[in-house]
Amino acid sequence: METKKLENLATQTRRDIVRMVAAVSSGHPGGSLGCADFFTILYNEIMDVDPNNFSMNGENEDLFFLSNGHISPVWYSTLARAGFFPVEELATFRKLNSRLQGHPSTDKGLPGIRAASGSLGQGLSMAIGAAEAKKLNNDNKIVYTLHGDGELQEGQIWEAAMYAAAHKIDNIIATVDYNGRQIDGDVEDVLSLGDLNKKWQAFGWETIELDGNDFESLRNAFKQAHSLVGKGKPIVLLMKTEMGQGVDYMMGTHKWHGAAPNAEQLDDALNQLEETLGDY
Amino acid sequence: MEKHIDQLGEKDTRSGFGEGLLELGKENENVVGLCADLTGSLKMNAFQDAFPERFFQVGIAEANMIGIAAGMTIGGKIPFTGTFANFSTGRVYDQIRQSVAYSQKNVKICASHAGLTLGEDGATHQILEDIGMMKMLPNMAVIVPADFTQTKQATKAVANHEGPVYLRFGRPKRPIFTPDDQEFVIGKAQTVFEGKDVSIIACGHMVWEAIIAAQELAKEGVDAEVINMHTIKPLDEKAILDSVAKTGCVVTAEEHMINGGLGDSVAQVLSRNNPLPQEYVGVNDTFGESGKPMDLMKKYNISSENIVETARKAMSRK
Repeated sequence: METKKLENLATQTRRDIVRMVAAVSSGHPGGSLGCADFFTILYNEIMDVDPNNFSMNGENEDLFFLSNGHISPVWYSTLARAGFFPVEELATFRKLNSRLQGHPSTDKGLPGIRAASGSLGQGLSMAIGAAEAKKLNNDNKIVYTLHGDGELQEGQIWEAAMYAAAHKIDNIIATVDYNGRQIDGDVEDVLSLGDLNKKWQAFGWETIELDGNDFESLRNAFKQAHSLVGKGKPIVLLMKTEMGQGVDYMMGTHKWHGAAPNAEQLDDALNQLEETLGDY
Repeated sequence: MEKHIDQLGEKDTRSGFGEGLLELGKENENVVGLCADLTGSLKMNAFQDAFPERFFQVGIAEANMIGIAAGMTIGGKIPFTGTFANFSTGRVYDQIRQSVAYSQKNVKICASHAGLTLGEDGATHQILEDIGMMKMLPNMAVIVPADFTQTKQATKAVANHEGPVYLRFGRPKRPIFTPDDQEFVIGKAQTVFEGKDVSIIACGHMVWEAIIAAQELAKEGVDAEVINMHTIKPLDEKAILDSVAKTGCVVTAEEHMINGGLGDSVAQVLSRNNPLPQEYVGVNDTFGESGKPMDLMKKYNISSENIVETARKAMSRK
């Protein structure tokens, strides 16, 4: 997809995100805004998926698992804008009887979602299981994941990381949203991750560093990752992003990790985000 | 009132699981096995040897094992995870809750060494709360087969059940009484002995204890009905209500905490439909300890003698 089109989509998704969380005065806009570019290119250029015929088993399709489920707004907007379900449904986010639960779930049948997430640290294991099944089924498509950097404090992530290298799970491309912020503050202050690149390498993974708010950087990183698929090692993208990207007052702080803007703040945000494709 | 049943040998229930899994592997290529460094203890070696490409050793990482199993279902696999009951439930409760039960994944959580009869390893490994934890989860079926043969039959049955299952079995060699050709239906209780004076509703190793107890009670003229409630959830409410309509009182017997176990489930059925005296044989709000399996059952008041005594108490309240 042309970069200009991706930019328009990502900007519209950012408008969706702030409107969704503002409408219910809850949700997680910070990480959602930071990952809007990643989701946009993943679903519109990188992954081989069929939005009109979603199936739970995803046979001969690429799969995506969102492990840090709290950034559901960016996923929901991306799925709707890619055609998985009507864009109007974004208005139901976090409301009673909605398929768009606060954290993603499968029980309401929202197309595009294969696992509940929200309790952190579980998505990598599940993605590895799906990747193992693809190998057993001789299905050569790829399994993608996204994790928060704070989420890496969960021990299960490292159990999964160890398994993936030991079992040569080379059809998985994990991504870490390396924005350096979590609910209580900067990751460095809450619980430092140390040298993250060296950690993943020591666990036996191929690592690729990139700027997750730059489409060229994203494109090159995925190209490099694809060249490593099937070579015997799992792959992780360490993706620097800016939490709150696109809304000036939400950037440079952890304070908008899990807080929604009020009406005045929403106007301020929307004034910074052009309505490119029409609001829901 | 004759309370006779043929004993068909003696084996551990975990070996029933191992044999059932091996047969399943031959019959269904989607069946996969996962184990967290306890392959020998779970008797999964035969499956591992026969189907190495469908066996996944995850190491001592139970949370990861549950997640991988959940992910495998997305590709149409039917994963059977194997570790001790303690590490199959309490250690990974949140993983089961979110990645399996809430995500509606077709994972079979197979748990050996449940309860006190794990024996000498002591209380760190003797989980007595697992039935309660698992039955509280929406979408989860909970199955506690009574002997070697029934465990083999149950293992095969759960593969055809769409949805998460907790299958609980144990370590020691115990008498076998289930005939090879007996049908196993999830959620359908089995009447071992018919009787009219007291209903003894038991699961797992306690079904044999209930059989012995019924034979002892018969000597003093008490005609006890023994029900093998191998499925705790979904619970066979009709079997309970039909039985108490005849007997007028109940003893539940389980190798589990009284809090949250089979007895609690039976009590709910009685209180809503036909409130009648119920007494409990189970572990009463305490941890276990090291010892021989049968010695532990006696010390913690879950042996056949305790069932006899408790049946008398239940009948006295009629």
